Amino acid sequence: MHDIVNAATNFIQLDAINMTYLFLVGFVGGLVSGFIGSGGAFVLTPGMMSLGVPGLVAVASNMCHKFPKALVGSLKRAKYGQVDVKMGIVLGISAEAGVLYGAHIQESIKKAFGDAGSNLYVSVAFVVILAVVGGFVLKDAWKTYKSGTTNDEEKVTRLAKWVQSVNIPGTMVYFKCLNARISILFTIPLGFATGMLAATIAVGGFIGVPAMIYVLGAPSLMASATELVIAFVMGLGGSFKYAMHGLVDIRLAMIILGGSLFGIQLGAMGTTYVKPFVIKVVMGVIMVIVLFSRGLMVPVYLAQLGLIGKLGETTVKALKSTSFAIMIFALAMGAFIVLRSMWQGRRAEREAIAKGVLEHGKV
Amino acid sequence: MASSRTKKKPYGPMILMGGISAVIYAALLMNQEAVNDYMARGGIYAFIPIVIAFLVSFVHGSFTGNFWTVLGIEASKKKTEVK
Repeated sequence: MHDIVNAATNFIQLDAINMTYLFLVGFVGGLVSGFIGSGGAFVLTPGMMSLGVPGLVAVASNMCHKFPKALVGSLKRAKYGQVDVKMGIVLGISAEAGVLYGAHIQESIKKAFGDAGSNLYVSVAFVVILAVVGGFVLKDAWKTYKSGTTNDEEKVTRLAKWVQSVNIPGTMVYFKCLNARISILFTIPLGFATGMLAATIAVGGFIGVPAMIYVLGAPSLMASATELVIAFVMGLGGSFKYAMHGLVDIRLAMIILGGSLFGIQLGAMGTTYVKPFVIKVVMGVIMVIVLFSRGLMVPVYLAQLGLIGKLGETTVKALKSTSFAIMIFALAMGAFIVLRSMWQGRRAEREAIAKGVLEHGKV
Repeated sequence: MASSRTKKKPYGPMILMGGISAVIYAALLMNQEAVNDYMARGGIYAFIPIVIAFLVSFVHGSFTGNFWTVLGIEASKKKTEVK
C-alpha cells in the first residue's frame, strides 16, 4: 500500500505537448471503440507510461476515461437499436469478477517472478489470444468478402446454434440480440474471460465481441455495441477500486476523454453506414497487428528472466520503439478503415438519394 | 419536404455545452495541485473522480454530438437494420 501511495503522489507535470498527444490518441482510440466496442487502451496505457506516468496510475486513469466514454458510445448506439442492455449487464457483472481474478493472478506472478515475469505473462497472453481469436475473426471476414455475401444476413455459427438449443431449467434468459433464450451458465464464463483479459491486456473486447458473435450467435453490430455496456460496467467498478487507492489521475483521464468523446460519436455513426463484416475486418486487423507488436517484446522479457542470452541495450531499445510504433500503427490502421468505410457509405447514400430525386422528380 | 431537408442545426446547445465543458476543463487544469491532492487521498474521496467523469461525459458528450451534427456529419438516414 505504501508503494501505491508513493505512486499516487507521483502525478506528472502536464504541458501542452503531452496534453495534445493524449487528446489525439484519445480521439483515435474513441473512434475505434465507437465502432468495434473496444480498443485504444492498448496504446493509451503504454502511451501514458512513456510520458513518465507510473504503470498503476496509467491503468487506473485509462479505466477512468473508459467508462464515461463507453457510456456515451452505448447511448449513441442504443439510438440505432444496436444495444442489448440486458446482455451487457449480465456479461459486465461476470466480467467484473474476471477483472478481480485477473488482477489477483497478475499480482501473484509479479510477486513470484518480478516485473519481467509479469510483462512476459502479459505479452504471451496478448500473442496467444490475439493469434487464435484475431486470426479466426479475420479469416471469417475474408471468407464473407470472398464469397460475395457481404449483404446477406450474418450466419449463426454451429456452436452458437448448439448453445441456443441447450435448455437448463432455472438458468434460461431471453436476450434481444440473440432473439433467443440461452442459459446464463454460458454467459458467465464468457464474461469472466472478458474481464480477465481486460485485467491482463486492457482490452476485454478482444474476447467479449468475438464470443458474443461466434459462441452466443449475436450479430456483429449488436455485439460490438453491447461490448460498450460491458466496458461501462467493468470500467465503473474498476475505476472506483483504483480511486479508493488514490491512483486515478483525473487530469489525464479527462484529457483523453475530451478527445475520445469526439471519436466515439464518429465511430458510432460510422456503424450505420457499413456492412456488418467491416466490424470484423477492423477488429481482426487491429488484433493481428498488435500481436506482432507484443511478439517483439517477448525476447526482451525472456532475456530479463535469464531464459535466453542477454540482449544488447541498443537491441532492447530498438525492439521497444518498434513495438510501440506498431501498436500506434494498429490503431491508426483501424481508424483509417473506419473513416474510409464511413466516407464510402456516406457517398453511396448521397448518390442513392440523388438518383431517387432524379427518378421521381422530387426536389 | 423542404423543411425536413433543411433541419435546423443545434448551434445553441452546442455553444452552451461547449462553454460549460470549457469551464470544467479550465477548472481542472488551473487547479492541478488541489485536484491532484484530492485524487491521491483515496477512500471516500474516490467518489470525486467518478462524479467528474459522469459530469464530463454528459456535458462534453452532448457538445461533441452536436459538434458533428453542426458539421453535417450524421448517422445514415436509412433505418439501421440489425439482423
